[in-house]
Amino acid sequence: MQQEQIIELLTQKDAKKKKSRIPARLDYLQSATGLLLAIFMIFHMLFVSTILISKDFMLAVTKAFELSFIFEGGSSVPVFISIAIVFVIFIAHALLAMRKFPISYREYKRLKIHANLMNHADTKLWMIQAGTGFALFFLGSIHLYTMLTNPGNIGPYASSDRVYSDLMWPLYILLLIAVEFHGAIGLYRLSMKWGWFDKGDGKETRAKLKKAKIVLSGVMLVLGFATLFAYMQIGQEHKASYGERYYNETYPMEQK
Amino acid sequence: MNRQHHQDEIIEGREITLTIFRYDPNNKESKPHYQDYKIAETPGMTLYIALINILTRIDHDLSFDFVCRAGICGSCAMVVNGKPRLACKTLTSEFTDGKITLLPLPTFQHIKDLSIDTGTWMNAMSVKVESWIHSKEQVDISKLEKPIEPEVADEVFELDRCIECGICLASCSTRVMREDFLGAVGLVRTARFAIDPHDERTDDDFYELIGDDDGIFGCMSLLGCEDHCPKDLPLQTKIAYMRRKMVEVK
Repeated sequence: MQQEQIIELLTQKDAKKKKSRIPARLDYLQSATGLLLAIFMIFHMLFVSTILISKDFMLAVTKAFELSFIFEGGSSVPVFISIAIVFVIFIAHALLAMRKFPISYREYKRLKIHANLMNHADTKLWMIQAGTGFALFFLGSIHLYTMLTNPGNIGPYASSDRVYSDLMWPLYILLLIAVEFHGAIGLYRLSMKWGWFDKGDGKETRAKLKKAKIVLSGVMLVLGFATLFAYMQIGQEHKASYGERYYNETYPMEQK
Repeated sequence: MNRQHHQDEIIEGREITLTIFRYDPNNKESKPHYQDYKIAETPGMTLYIALINILTRIDHDLSFDFVCRAGICGSCAMVVNGKPRLACKTLTSEFTDGKITLLPLPTFQHIKDLSIDTGTWMNAMSVKVESWIHSKEQVDISKLEKPIEPEVADEVFELDRCIECGICLASCSTRVMREDFLGAVGLVRTARFAIDPHDERTDDDFYELIGDDDGIFGCMSLLGCEDHCPKDLPLQTKIAYMRRKMVEVK
């Protein structure tokens, strides 16, 4: 094993004079983890935004994820497992995508000067993607760790208290902006990279996908800010009763 | 028609300013700087004509490359107001403020002023991706070539239109960051042979040429190549085609 690795180090190929297949796997996995996270983020937004409909509906969605149809009153275990899986994919994606970052001042300087000189839209989009990706290392990790350690504290009041009284809202504003830009640009780039919709006129398809990207990030940002504002409002009203859970006839006591 | 008026336009033309990067790396006295040249614009003037104008009338020391003057040889590629383009295919009238800045293409060996050496790199690229038909079949040139589907031939010939001007590399921030990156010209060259049924190479063979981070997996899909290619080659779709192929290699 070690000899094989040393052969590759010295010749860039293995003992059979074949190139490693790892770069192919890494490239594929980078895209696959990104795609999974992007899809997850779209559904995540749809679920958290249920608060805009009503507290009862948001509670019903939360309880469904707590598998309340199996466990009486719901359990935080399935939520914990889901968050743990997302966290692993998140870390894997960060690790894989990091390979593309400018990794020295020299690379960074050359990239920046060149991108500014050319003023090319898609190159600039990539820089936004890399920048927001870097921010997400921290913003995403804080949020994921918070949720991992509080899987049972999701609900109309529990979430609102977190947003408002626990002062998570400044982080959520940054997280929302970073995610929506990173995700929408990422999906557009994925379709270009793998040529998902290349049938017919590639240039026409690209123009359409670019529009779709703008619409997607726009819709998600508007929905995201509206949702965040709703949680803040509830959190402010609920400040005096911090820690108290929302309940209704279907779910008489909100699960801890 | 108003002939006199038309002639006046030719004679008077507006004054345009070309700001040109000047530097001779082989001359120790030379310092990199920008130099302004003011010339009278003529109808249909291309940057190539403007440069010849400067060379013959104002500054015999100015260096730039050209051969065909018709967008075929790829010699006159340069950075025009930030965008890599062919001087012979760029009209000065396009620049409404009459201000044009010209730089040599980045990422290539700089010779002098706007002149660069693309040939050495392109030759090395051709060798690296083995840019020729690989076939064990003995070809009898007295007989008709084995026919291929017209659609397939069109696809191959389309990629053969590449003039190796170097604009795809100069438009690629990945290449600017990482000098070993093969760039669109090299990646699409492999696509040209992968599509061509005359070439007997398998995907495994192509993987050995481009299956690493200097090759297909180094491309970050910034699409500078696609947006600046003066021949409008389908670079994005063909790079995606090779990526899909290469990622499936066992």
